[in-house]
Amino acid sequence: MKDLQYLILKKENLDGFVSRLSRLRKVSAPVSKGNGEFAFEEVGSAGRIELNYKPTIMPPKKYLMPQEETLLEFSTAKGFETRPVVEYEKMALFGVHTCDLAGIQCLNAVFSVRPRDYNYLTRKRQIDIIGLECGDYCDEHASCTVVSAHMPSGGYDLFFTDLGGYFMVHTNTQAGEEMIEATKCFESAAEAQFEDLEAFRKKKRDTFKNEVPIEPRFIPGLFDACFESPVWKELEAKCLACGNCTNVCPTCYCFDIIDEVGLDLKSGRRYRKWDSCQLEPFAKVAGGENFRKERSARQRHRYYRKFRYPVAKYSKFFCTGCGRCSRTCMAGIHLKDTLNALIKESDSRIWKKWL
Amino acid sequence: MEKVVIKDSNYRIRKAKILRTKQLTKMEKLFEIALDGGESLDQEPGQFVMVSLFGVGEAPISVCSSPTNRGSFELCVRAAGKVTGAMHRLEAGDEIGIRGPYGKGFPIRILEGNDLLMVAGGLGIAPLRSLIKYAFDNRRDFGKIHIMLGCKSSEDLLFEDELNQWFKRMDVHYECTVDRAASDWAGHVGQITTLLPGVHLETERTFAIVVGPPVMYKFVLRELLKKNIPENQIILSFERHMKCGMGKCGRCQIQNLYCCQDGPVFNYADIKNMSEAL
Repeated sequence: MKDLQYLILKKENLDGFVSRLSRLRKVSAPVSKGNGEFAFEEVGSAGRIELNYKPTIMPPKKYLMPQEETLLEFSTAKGFETRPVVEYEKMALFGVHTCDLAGIQCLNAVFSVRPRDYNYLTRKRQIDIIGLECGDYCDEHASCTVVSAHMPSGGYDLFFTDLGGYFMVHTNTQAGEEMIEATKCFESAAEAQFEDLEAFRKKKRDTFKNEVPIEPRFIPGLFDACFESPVWKELEAKCLACGNCTNVCPTCYCFDIIDEVGLDLKSGRRYRKWDSCQLEPFAKVAGGENFRKERSARQRHRYYRKFRYPVAKYSKFFCTGCGRCSRTCMAGIHLKDTLNALIKESDSRIWKKWL
Repeated sequence: MEKVVIKDSNYRIRKAKILRTKQLTKMEKLFEIALDGGESLDQEPGQFVMVSLFGVGEAPISVCSSPTNRGSFELCVRAAGKVTGAMHRLEAGDEIGIRGPYGKGFPIRILEGNDLLMVAGGLGIAPLRSLIKYAFDNRRDFGKIHIMLGCKSSEDLLFEDELNQWFKRMDVHYECTVDRAASDWAGHVGQITTLLPGVHLETERTFAIVVGPPVMYKFVLRELLKKNIPENQIILSFERHMKCGMGKCGRCQIQNLYCCQDGPVFNYADIKNMSEAL
């Protein structure tokens, strides 16, 4: 399995790679925030980078689709003038797990569908992505295998697999190759090292098993059968409608658009800001009607936006199994529990008969 | 952080000027608008635009005029929120911004050659007026035209002078009812559903087009189905909250459908089982 797309980076050269790269562009990587929490932050060397981290509090979505971004600047000094703008920064994201790579791929699909979102697409082109493979589950909330996000499947420029004393590095794009050229820290891989990678992946296949007792291909059918399930009412009893689950979700992208007038009262900007379908006014119209008034309907909508609707539109789940929604939920609504409850509830009715 | 202008941004705004306004009722005002440079909006009946008032925001508003009128278009705006409230303070000569048109309008090519039963409740007459006017301007392309209009009270009636014209036309069957009548009201009193049983239809070649507040649909649909109008010959237009108009922001989502892109006009057969639709 000799492959020229693979190189190695010795562990002692990681610092050289990150420092040299950070001189060329901003580099963000997972760092510890204490209390067992991690976040993507700017780094200048490898010192603060946590190679063994559970999913960061916020996914890398915050770089591709910032919580707030200007879409339009306007001035009303004489008549009105408008300027559609995009704010971006040349940067590299280091250490992105496969779940978050999958999340970025979901966002890419959404914003590429016409009418295209050039704010997102322009920014995306400026961000190099360096993946980092997990060898084991981060914690009990992860469910990356059921959605096939535990193995690398594109979405990166370079991909690092930690094999002890060195990283096996897969170069996926020209941009990745340029980073390798510019930093000059990489060596070619030897036969034994390919064997190490294969052994790592084999062990990984034994470790990562479908976390939920349903075959992924039956999940859309499960959801088709469960729209009126009592499970949603059970979530209503718990849910506080705080919107934390959608904020930390790597594939949630709903937004509000807000105008802001400058202090001179003559100029201003129109910006978008993350919004949440879990908040009560989200689907309310001017006449007062609310089309997802109940928290059960809003929670259901969130789950269908992960497991049903995008399957029809994009042929993939918009859940990456990262587990953030479960980790962050103050009311203890856990994604795996919800899936288990749906499976149990529809057990005899629906999917068992297909087995 | 770099900031550059993106010319092809779909958030770019087209400048427009208000040519004329008319206060229709206490709550609704009509605006005639022309895009700068004599550009045509080139919309389909039933499509909507995002109206921009800078510093206030954007709101989705259905175009209520027919595309047969190329030079300008009309919006009938109810002062219901921040943007629409501010819009009511604008007068002829004021500038606004326009994005769009957006969405799927009424399926004109499918409606042609058929009888039309158009049912409007309240402000629903605004989007439906784009189709009514289009049908009048292309009258030969359609069979019989029935217009059934319902309104809370006679003071809330929109486009009253036009309604009187419709009443006089030989080629249109127009009826109107109000829930509560003023003392000088000579027409029907009662819910919109009371008008429907009396209409004679050739159901196999009739399309019903219904636009109104959410609460109206259930009752009107029941009457239409009772009259044996096939489900796939019932066309509805929905109101939803929208921010982008481009199928992204998520507000207008009806299960897997985005009202702004897949609608606002839907075929009843396609959405009848969707719990969030009706």
